[in-house]
Amino acid sequence: MTTKAFQKIYTKISQITKATCSLKATGVGYDELAVIDGRLAQVVKIAGDEVTLQVFQGTNGIPTNAEVVFMGKAPSLKVSEQLAGRFFNAYGDPIDGGPAVEGEEVEIGGPSVNPVRRMQPSELIATGIAGIDLNNTLVSGQKIPFFADPDQPFNQVMATVAMRAQTDKIILGGMGMTNDDYLYFKNVFSNAGAMDRIISFMNTTEDPAVERLLIPDMALTAAEYFAVQKNEKVLVLLSDMTSYADALAIVSNRMDQIPSKDSMPGSLYSDLAKIYEKAVQFPTGGSITIIAVTTLSGGDITHAVPDNTGYITEGQLFLRRDSDIGKVIVDPFRSLSRLKQLVNGKKTRGDHPQVMNAAVRLYADAANARTKVENGFDLTDYDERTLAFAKDYSNQLLAIDVNLDTTEMLDVTWGLFAKYFHPEEVNIKAALVEQYWPKA
Amino acid sequence: MATKGIVGGVIANMVTLKVDGPVAQNEICYIETGGDRLMSEVIKVVGDNVYVQVFESTRGLKVGAPAEFTGHMLEVTLGPGMLSHNYDGLQNDLDKMTGVFLKRGEYTYPLDNDRLWHFEPLAKVGDKVRASAWLGRVEENHQPLKIMAPFQMQGEYTVKSIAAEGEYRIIDDIAVLENEKGDEIKVNMIQHWPVKLAMTNYQEKPRPFKLLETGVRSIDTLNPIVEGGTGFIPGPFGTGKTVLQHAISKQAEADIVIIAACGERANEVVEIFTEFPELVDPHTGRRLMERTIIIANTSNMPVAAREASVYTAMTLAEYYRSMGLRVMLMADSTSRWAQALREMSNRMEELPGPDAFPMDISSIIANFYGRAGYVTLYNGEPGSITFIGTVSPAGGNLKEPVTENTKKVARCFYALEQERADRKRYPAINPIDSYSKYLDYPEFDEYITKRINGEWIEKVNELKTRLLRGKEIAEQINILGDDGVPVDYHVTFWKSELIDFIVLQQDAFDEVDAVTPMERQESIVNRVIDICHSEFKFDTFLEVTDYFKKVINLCKQMNYSEYKSDNYNKFEAELEKLLAERKTA
Repeated sequence: MTTKAFQKIYTKISQITKATCSLKATGVGYDELAVIDGRLAQVVKIAGDEVTLQVFQGTNGIPTNAEVVFMGKAPSLKVSEQLAGRFFNAYGDPIDGGPAVEGEEVEIGGPSVNPVRRMQPSELIATGIAGIDLNNTLVSGQKIPFFADPDQPFNQVMATVAMRAQTDKIILGGMGMTNDDYLYFKNVFSNAGAMDRIISFMNTTEDPAVERLLIPDMALTAAEYFAVQKNEKVLVLLSDMTSYADALAIVSNRMDQIPSKDSMPGSLYSDLAKIYEKAVQFPTGGSITIIAVTTLSGGDITHAVPDNTGYITEGQLFLRRDSDIGKVIVDPFRSLSRLKQLVNGKKTRGDHPQVMNAAVRLYADAANARTKVENGFDLTDYDERTLAFAKDYSNQLLAIDVNLDTTEMLDVTWGLFAKYFHPEEVNIKAALVEQYWPKA
Repeated sequence: MATKGIVGGVIANMVTLKVDGPVAQNEICYIETGGDRLMSEVIKVVGDNVYVQVFESTRGLKVGAPAEFTGHMLEVTLGPGMLSHNYDGLQNDLDKMTGVFLKRGEYTYPLDNDRLWHFEPLAKVGDKVRASAWLGRVEENHQPLKIMAPFQMQGEYTVKSIAAEGEYRIIDDIAVLENEKGDEIKVNMIQHWPVKLAMTNYQEKPRPFKLLETGVRSIDTLNPIVEGGTGFIPGPFGTGKTVLQHAISKQAEADIVIIAACGERANEVVEIFTEFPELVDPHTGRRLMERTIIIANTSNMPVAAREASVYTAMTLAEYYRSMGLRVMLMADSTSRWAQALREMSNRMEELPGPDAFPMDISSIIANFYGRAGYVTLYNGEPGSITFIGTVSPAGGNLKEPVTENTKKVARCFYALEQERADRKRYPAINPIDSYSKYLDYPEFDEYITKRINGEWIEKVNELKTRLLRGKEIAEQINILGDDGVPVDYHVTFWKSELIDFIVLQQDAFDEVDAVTPMERQESIVNRVIDICHSEFKFDTFLEVTDYFKKVINLCKQMNYSEYKSDNYNKFEAELEKLLAERKTA
């Protein structure tokens, strides 16, 4: 960062915590950026002439006489077509050895879209994974996270989804991502020959935690450029939002704010909503879809981060290892796509909603039968059939290695219905049974 | 001279101002920064330091920026021309805003001063009137609206002149009122009211008793809500809270529907924007949007305006109630509003109450629910605000401050349950935990007995008892095994399943099943109870299961068919045949 000649330099810091510095300064705007001892910082509190700065890289080694220069602007990103195919750090500086991007400078974390200027999402995003397309269909303009324990293969599923989805740009925002996972994404993208569609903003576990706070806004500012200016379909991948929330907690803690549930700041809901609500479908065809990851601790979804996330996002996807078939599946009980009814049976075949619900109901019956087995009770003939159905259903549809189109998924499901059940056991409208029940 | 202030400090959307004159708690001021005027509300005063919450982003705001106070609290502008509009939490007309993104400091006028309205006088010269007396009427989207004497008017006035029937703008004077002292007031069609004050312009607030039909069976039949009643829906996310709320607002028998989307998802608001204009009002055959107002403060819009949005919505509702209309008000979700209060209380470094919410959260919630209700206006006409709020309990745990405090004040409780949702038993309202206190009101009993023409509450209680018994038996079967209980138990269990599948479960996305008029609900209940009272001959529990699955399937097909259509009759005949096969008594 270069400083301009007329900028005032302060050299007297009055207070230093692990994440913040305070000093006396005047004429400073809220949210403004500053450079302290060569490190970027942002104004988070002004009280009279005392200004508190959040230092993104941490305050290790900052002396009280460090040089502080205010830059007179909020964090920003230069946007243009040149962003495509590039890899950046949390500040939007290239880390791929390429030249700096030229373009219009836009402040990140900009205003919200006027709700009356949005359009209702209505375009299916096909992923080939039946656990998603059949039971929890994704729609462009949607925001949905994977709720997953750290050991689950969410990054792989996310990469698969990104590669199969028909989008113009894929923007990867990595927060506290391991370097190995970062390289994995890079590999998948380059093997698929998709590099020119990728833009990446990366904060790995090796980078300072507070820097992560910039990642989602950087990624979404780039996304808004392509969606609004270029009318492109943009898919934004954010992994992992729990690391982002942890960084929020660190800063609020250093500012002596009273924590609410699970040591998270009281504003967690608004902070997360500001990011996720950037997902949008514009009437002009441009859209931003957000697929995120929220890592759980021991599957606990009542923790403040997944809990608040669940209230903001349009559903959530759960992965689970199914011991029956030894594969990871998309859990049909706990996963949900709230926008699925906008496309199910409308952009897909008409029997989709009923078939989906019937299959999940039968799968639930199988879970009951399994409880009976565990309790040592005899199984009825129906119980046996649901168990056999559940195994096939898991293997042929729910497993994450499935790659079918939606019509095939429906046909496979009807096939399984016919294999194990009588029409009156599936509780589907008679007219649909008439049309789709496989004739022997 | 208006009081002025200077910015002294900024933390997120809380700003401190040093002021040079008197200010009032909750007074509105505008802070100027970089050419934008940021609307703010006073939330605390310490000497000449005033804490304000800014309804906008404070990015770039500097110490020393000037502020000007307005002398009034946050208020709404009321008048004809609000129906079918989309407002933000501060009553800015969202459609009038330019650009794709919301611009900071852009405020738009909620009404249209140029539009002409056909005014008919209701008052005559010489009439004695008080505040909110009906002076005349205009029609908006087929709703009869009243033009009222100013809400703030003190004491009795005499109508000195009133405009003749004809076309007027809302800014034209339509009456002149005079009091004993000879003070004159000119009245036009516009009113102002501060949103945080309840309108109490009515004679009395009797206990509500009239069923408010929603077409949702597990509400109307099992736990009915009444005109002027209050209810709340807590639900862990993913349990169908929003779908249920939309269904109620689409189908409820109300003159005016106001939806406050408070801190919720933008796409849900867009769904309302997109679907409501398409929806045909089941009661009038006209567009539902014509009698709907949407207050949208989505979760990414500024947090202080989120708090204001529920008050704005309630004040609009009170305005229409003063005209003798039936208003349905939905707020989704009141938890977001409570969280907005929490964020602010936190920034002011107040000592926190439970879960870091402000200490007075219970009285704030109680006062808000208290503003709803069925009233008798001064002229003897009834009016009502039926209020249904949702709460979003953290982690689905109902023992949290917002849910607990809401439970104390709301009369109906619709417990959405994760387990039912997981099993796709929608609407996922738990029939045993939910309640409607109105079922115990003798006034309601009297009303419903007349309307249904027979003993209704007894039947409802029987359904509830059977559901509870079914649940107990399911638990016993789980412990003892299918063979461990008598066959009778299976029959009782499956009878409760029949109630669950046929009365409770309802497909909100099916054209026919989505709305069940009361007449049809009665027929469904009678049929189900009739089957429950019948005795059947079974030898093994397997026969019970098979048989009831067939019965349920046929009843379900009937639910999916147009009432009394050929298809319906066909399934009914099949059902009769099936029942006759095994019925012994």
